[in-house]
Amino acid sequence: MAFEGIGASVRRTEDQRFLSGRGNYTDDINRHGQLYAIIRRSDRPHARIVSIDTKAAAEMPGVVAVYTGTDLQADSVGGLPCGWLIKNKDGTPMAEPPHPVLAVGKVRHVGDPVAVVIAETRQQAKDAAEKLAIEWQDLPSISSTQDAIAPGAALVHDDVAGNVCYDWHLGDKEAVDAAFAKAARVVRLDLTNSRLIPNAMEPRAAIGDFDRATGEHTLFTTSQNPHVIRLLMGAFVLHIPESRLRVVAPDVGGGFGSKIYHYAEEAIVTWAAGKLARPVKWTAERTESFISDAHGRDHVTTAEMALDKDGNYLALRVQTLANMGAYLSTFATSIPTYLYATLLAGVYKTPAIYAEVKAVFTNTVPVDAYRGAGRPEAAYLLERLTDVIAHDTGLDRVALRRQNLIPANAFPYQTPVALQYDSGNYQATLEAALTAADWNGFPARRTAAAAKGKLRGIGISTYIEACGIAPSAVAGALGARAGLYEAANIRVHPTGSVSVFTGSHSHGQGHETTFAQLVADQLGIPFNQVEIVHGDTEKIPFGMGTYGSRSLAVGGSAMVKAMDKIIAKGKRIAAHLMEASVADIEFKNGSFSVAGTDKSKSFGEIALTAYVPHNYPIDELEPGLEENAFYDPKNFTFPAGCMVAEVEIDRDTGVPSVVSFVAVDDVGRLINPMIVEGQVHGGVAQGIGQALLESAAYDVSGQIVTGSFMDYTMPRSDDLPSFKTGNEVTLCTHNPLGVKGCGELGTIGSPPAIVNAVIDALSEYDVRHIDMPLSPQKIWSIIAAGPKRRAAE
Amino acid sequence: MYDFTYQKPASVADAVKLLGADPEAKALAGGMTLIPVLKQRLNKPSALVDLAGAGLAGISVAGGTVRIGAMTTHATVANSADVKKAIPALAKLAGGIGDKEVRHRGTIGGSLANDDPTADYPAAVLALGATVETNKRTINADDFFQGMFTTALESGELITAISFPVPEKAAYMKFPNPASRYALVGVFVAKGPAGVRVTVTGAGQNGVFRHRAMEAALQKSFSQAAIADIATPADGLNSDIHAGAEYRAHLVGVMARRAVAAAG
Ligand SMILES: Cc1cc2nc3c(=O)[nH]c(=O)nc-3n(C[C@H](O)[C@H](O)[C@H](O)COP(=O)(O)OP(=O)(O)OC[C@H]3O[C@@H](n4cnc5c(N)ncnc54)[C@H](O)[C@@H]3O)c2cc1C
Repeated sequence: MAFEGIGASVRRTEDQRFLSGRGNYTDDINRHGQLYAIIRRSDRPHARIVSIDTKAAAEMPGVVAVYTGTDLQADSVGGLPCGWLIKNKDGTPMAEPPHPVLAVGKVRHVGDPVAVVIAETRQQAKDAAEKLAIEWQDLPSISSTQDAIAPGAALVHDDVAGNVCYDWHLGDKEAVDAAFAKAARVVRLDLTNSRLIPNAMEPRAAIGDFDRATGEHTLFTTSQNPHVIRLLMGAFVLHIPESRLRVVAPDVGGGFGSKIYHYAEEAIVTWAAGKLARPVKWTAERTESFISDAHGRDHVTTAEMALDKDGNYLALRVQTLANMGAYLSTFATSIPTYLYATLLAGVYKTPAIYAEVKAVFTNTVPVDAYRGAGRPEAAYLLERLTDVIAHDTGLDRVALRRQNLIPANAFPYQTPVALQYDSGNYQATLEAALTAADWNGFPARRTAAAAKGKLRGIGISTYIEACGIAPSAVAGALGARAGLYEAANIRVHPTGSVSVFTGSHSHGQGHETTFAQLVADQLGIPFNQVEIVHGDTEKIPFGMGTYGSRSLAVGGSAMVKAMDKIIAKGKRIAAHLMEASVADIEFKNGSFSVAGTDKSKSFGEIALTAYVPHNYPIDELEPGLEENAFYDPKNFTFPAGCMVAEVEIDRDTGVPSVVSFVAVDDVGRLINPMIVEGQVHGGVAQGIGQALLESAAYDVSGQIVTGSFMDYTMPRSDDLPSFKTGNEVTLCTHNPLGVKGCGELGTIGSPPAIVNAVIDALSEYDVRHIDMPLSPQKIWSIIAAGPKRRAAE
Repeated sequence: MYDFTYQKPASVADAVKLLGADPEAKALAGGMTLIPVLKQRLNKPSALVDLAGAGLAGISVAGGTVRIGAMTTHATVANSADVKKAIPALAKLAGGIGDKEVRHRGTIGGSLANDDPTADYPAAVLALGATVETNKRTINADDFFQGMFTTALESGELITAISFPVPEKAAYMKFPNPASRYALVGVFVAKGPAGVRVTVTGAGQNGVFRHRAMEAALQKSFSQAAIADIATPADGLNSDIHAGAEYRAHLVGVMARRAVAAAG
């Protein structure tokens, strides 16, 4: 058998069922007597609900119930909670307007749920939903981020003045002002970070079920974190104790953040199933996903860097307007603050940083974390700004980076924006990427491209991210309303096979493979003897779920802690069996041996003894071999790296193509290099999507213009080159595996590398900046305007 | 989708009869356009009359004409050795429609009947001076297209085949919409029995149109240089998030020059 432990590129076990159509997704589940829910959504951005007449709908064939926001209110159903409280500059709490499960009084975005129709079949529910008679009174709406704060702007929430959710800051303003005052030069850049629609392959779905005998509610849902949903929905919305509420997130077809949040539909089906004592299923259609899944990013930013005469970074000043959409989604408020501004040092030793972030409400779909979440916004800002500094000062882009990087001997490194980086070597990833990309050979490739009539450019980004938000106490002090640990339960069965119950949740990441490798490696048992169980609150002790590239660093560490307890107990059993002292027992490669002797017992023998305790230290030790652990990390982890992109632009049409892409990342220890590479590929594809193709658009009337794949440009395989990836390793210093995380780095590092490459390709046109996506039309309009006239000419 | 009845007649005559008897019934070809519309409940036919059994699929080449049955799929046209030999530009156009799944379901008849202003086939039909055959009559390409989603077809009239005269040379160049991959701008250039024709799809507010200025120039000299300075007016061209009218007008020129070069 080939090596299948830590470091082996084991093929993904779960792919067998996914690729053969045997996955078990929420919509694949059907319960006896199941009803179907159709949500009637607002087709207007902002309107008062004058009346809703449900009579005709309720009388349609097969209809079992029609509910509106007032019905939920009458039953004391609470609003959807926000999980992170941000404080304003003056210490007052942010504005936290109600987020009703079904709209009450007013709708605030196209897609806002207004009523639910529940019928025997989907068709019947759809037919009836069309019969709901709603009288609206349209209100002026806000569809862009900047418009939210314009004087006299319409109010999304009547009692949120100026549409401002919070006005927050981080960093040392005085130090920054002082540095700017003595700077040799200041370089300023205005940019936006575009709005994205996640579009996981599996649309969201939810089934509520209610057991009349036990009074237990079950929710099957497309979630990245079933325990979090149980907590939020049970405690804040439906008031059901954990003992009566089971949440199952079975196979989930992609999340990218969009399935972290507690959504209205989960509460609707759970509540309605209880009311009707029948299962109720809701499945989103793609069109519905576009207007009901939380969107991502959407920042408008001004950044300024103060430099000394040699190009050393002295201070960074940032002002950002962040769009929250119409309501606060579960973690929306934390993204442009603690996952963005705290990353503004990047990989640079900028001594002083001050960031101001204003979050605003608009009549658009709520915005929350999307793969990368805050960190792509920070990396994009820094890496664009760095290239603009090079442009404005004439300094070399790579030299400028080298000169400002945090040195490899400076760790642990305290940034001026709260984080302390534990380990890293940014020079190593930079140099490795430059070599892999043949940076120095670029001029020849540019000349060759020019001969074919193409403009060729090369771009670089040196990025950092922070994964596995931690520790809980610090997050709590900053406003988090949840802990950020992870739980694991390791159950060794009598024959020595092992079930691992993890609070992490896999929705494409390959946990069933990576975690099994980890456990097999540490316990010295065959890979196929390890089963990974996740996604069910009835089976798993507890869990915070999967997002922010936390699963291995936090969830994996919890497993290590639980395994340490298993091994410790195994040693006591082994000591008893071999009549040795516990201190003399060594555990290695799946066997317990007495040091300095040839006496040993296999892991399986110890397991069997634990469950058949005939010869057993029963007075000191309980039988059985099963352990729980909760792991609360001491710090974030900090993956970092360097990406280099090359593009060619067709002069006639402005079409950019990515012709080469290199990513060299430091994700700490690699458990499964193939899965890491896959995560990089997927992330880079999404990053290229943001840089060149994707962008959600609303028109001035508040209607979404990119409401389907006919207009919203998802990246496709033929938009992408073959990627070249590599790794440099510095170990995380504070978790037992030395791992850092790899799920998001592709979306973080790649957009600026691509944009920088396009701008470099356009160097003869003297372009400083273009906002994403860099569409052919935008590029062509620059080319059409003609080459710059140099002052000397 | 609303409920409808489904019928699959075994001949064109039976299909015409079924459609004639029920004005709310609709013909179903590959369903690539119709089914999504039904799913969105934007259309409520009483019945779908599936043309798959009516014997309308097939390609024949004779006497300088390529005749393609209405139910012939894009994939069949793209892969047909006969079409590749007689009018390679047409095979290439068919191979550039949508994705593989769409090409194996979607049909030439469905595409023309639907007359999407961003569809590819209309450019070829108009540029090659093809004839649309129906159960009642034959219609010249110039008379067939009457603005976006509007054709000369009468209610209940079915396309049975399209006849393409084989040109001396022809080429199609498509600039795909980055999201939908339909034509943002598609230009078909043909030199045939009826002279030079240049047609543009995707760009015009009224669907496919002939570019008379380019036709006149290419008639004199079939070369890229002949049309290099011909500007296309942006007036009357579409404008959307992917391309404004100015950019489309520019792309018409680029695609036309490339088509001329490809036609040789
Ligand atoms: C994802 C996707 C991508 C696509 N990309 C492209 C593209 O790049 N370029 C492009 O040109 N097209 C594209 N299409 C459209 C595709 O070519 C369709 O197949 C075509 O428009 C309709 O053909 P159909 O056979 O599917 O017709 P159907 O959808 O079955 O019918 C369309 C309409 O035509 C009528 N009809 C069908 N056959 C006849 C007939 N013989 N006589 C009279 N009326 C008839 C029907 O009643 C209906 O109203 C795309 C479609 C999809 C789904």
